[in-house]
Amino acid sequence: MTKLKTQSLHKRESKLAQANKQLEILSNGIFQNGELPTFAKKIAESNQFPLRPKKLEILQINVGYMCNQVCTHCHVDAGPDRKEIMTKETMQQCLEVIKNTGAHTLDVTGGAPEMNPNFKWFVEEASKAGIKDFIVRSNLTIIRANKKYHDLPEFFKKHKVHVVSSMPHWTQGKTDKQRGNGVFKQSIQALKDLNAIGYGIPNSNLKLDLVYNPSGAFLPGDQAALERDFKKALLQDFDIQFHNLFAITNLPISRFLDYLIASENYEDYMYALVEAYNPSAVKNVMCTNTLSVSWDGYLYDCDFNQMLELPVNSKVKHISEYNESLLQDRDIVISQHCYGCTAGAGSSCQGTVASN
Amino acid sequence: MQKTYYDPSDLKKFGKISEWNEELGSKFFEYYNSVFKEGSLSEREKSLIALAVAHTIQCPYCIDAYTGDGLQRGITKEEMMEALHVAGAIRGGATLVHGVQMMNKVNKLDG
Repeated sequence: MTKLKTQSLHKRESKLAQANKQLEILSNGIFQNGELPTFAKKIAESNQFPLRPKKLEILQINVGYMCNQVCTHCHVDAGPDRKEIMTKETMQQCLEVIKNTGAHTLDVTGGAPEMNPNFKWFVEEASKAGIKDFIVRSNLTIIRANKKYHDLPEFFKKHKVHVVSSMPHWTQGKTDKQRGNGVFKQSIQALKDLNAIGYGIPNSNLKLDLVYNPSGAFLPGDQAALERDFKKALLQDFDIQFHNLFAITNLPISRFLDYLIASENYEDYMYALVEAYNPSAVKNVMCTNTLSVSWDGYLYDCDFNQMLELPVNSKVKHISEYNESLLQDRDIVISQHCYGCTAGAGSSCQGTVASN
Repeated sequence: MQKTYYDPSDLKKFGKISEWNEELGSKFFEYYNSVFKEGSLSEREKSLIALAVAHTIQCPYCIDAYTGDGLQRGITKEEMMEALHVAGAIRGGATLVHGVQMMNKVNKLDG
């Protein structure tokens, strides 16, 4: 049984549950008094301001903030108490876009997307559009959480879904510390279930990738080296295989921001992000090739901007009025959290974006 | 006046040592960076060795740097502590192995 680590900021009625409070923190203090340059100023140094989109490649759809876990670092502030769930009507509007988009990747996320009551219907319909890469971000434990989810691996296989799952470490201690007691054991079992039907096996076209993000106030190390260590340990200890590891930097928003402040790591972490700023990562940050759709159908430059309630700077604001070419003609909305995507080798939902 | 000999923010200024001797500073950092690249030993193994040595020489900058480096590489706290015990064992062993010298001397003078 998975024991929840904590409660969402919303449930705790924390000030930081409000996006404007987070943005205030990110704009004031060390960024207001000039100790550190704002992200806009930093990218202007290499003539990359304003940040503009390139060709749309990834359509990321957040089907709801409800989750069976309450991970300490979660940028969505997801949890069982979150009631924001995409309706079938909004899903239908998304499907119209999916049929006509030029994007080659559809990326379904949450919360635990499987907890949306129309999740399976949506996957069945969306898979008919023939998008090249159809990702579902599964937290793994949901597969083991309840009997009604036990058939998910077979369901994913039937619809050729590319499964991307979080795994902060190959040891129980570090994983449970971030994601809740019992998460590691359940995740291992879910990975075994996925391996058993062909997911993650070398040369299998059933893609299973893992996402690593640090368990504390530090940046991720080299993605390739971490992947080697994860593969070696998971194979040796549990006979588990997977394809790729994506190393993702924790962005200083929502519950991770709350953790940084409570542990008195906020300023040091922002310094570390700014010091690790890599101008060559800016060219490929995910907001330049991705659009994020929220549970209620609004459009954002990325999932992080969605959580900070920073909508796209375009006439087109909602999936129901979607127009790809109009959306391409926009400036990307930025704030200091964006340093998280440009540190070191860069960071995106697909892992690093540049060489160090 | 600075009240302590060590300031954590000085670690970030390490590179400045080259300003007063560009040639030797550059050579040192080139060597330093080469040492930590993967060779017969992995970067991970080298990071753990650095952490153990940092404690042996009691360099607070190095402890700060290689604890952070270890976390980034996914090194666990258990692995870090084991590495420290290796350092501790060698330090303790170095003290005690000299006991043989002491014993030799006692035996010679008062045996």
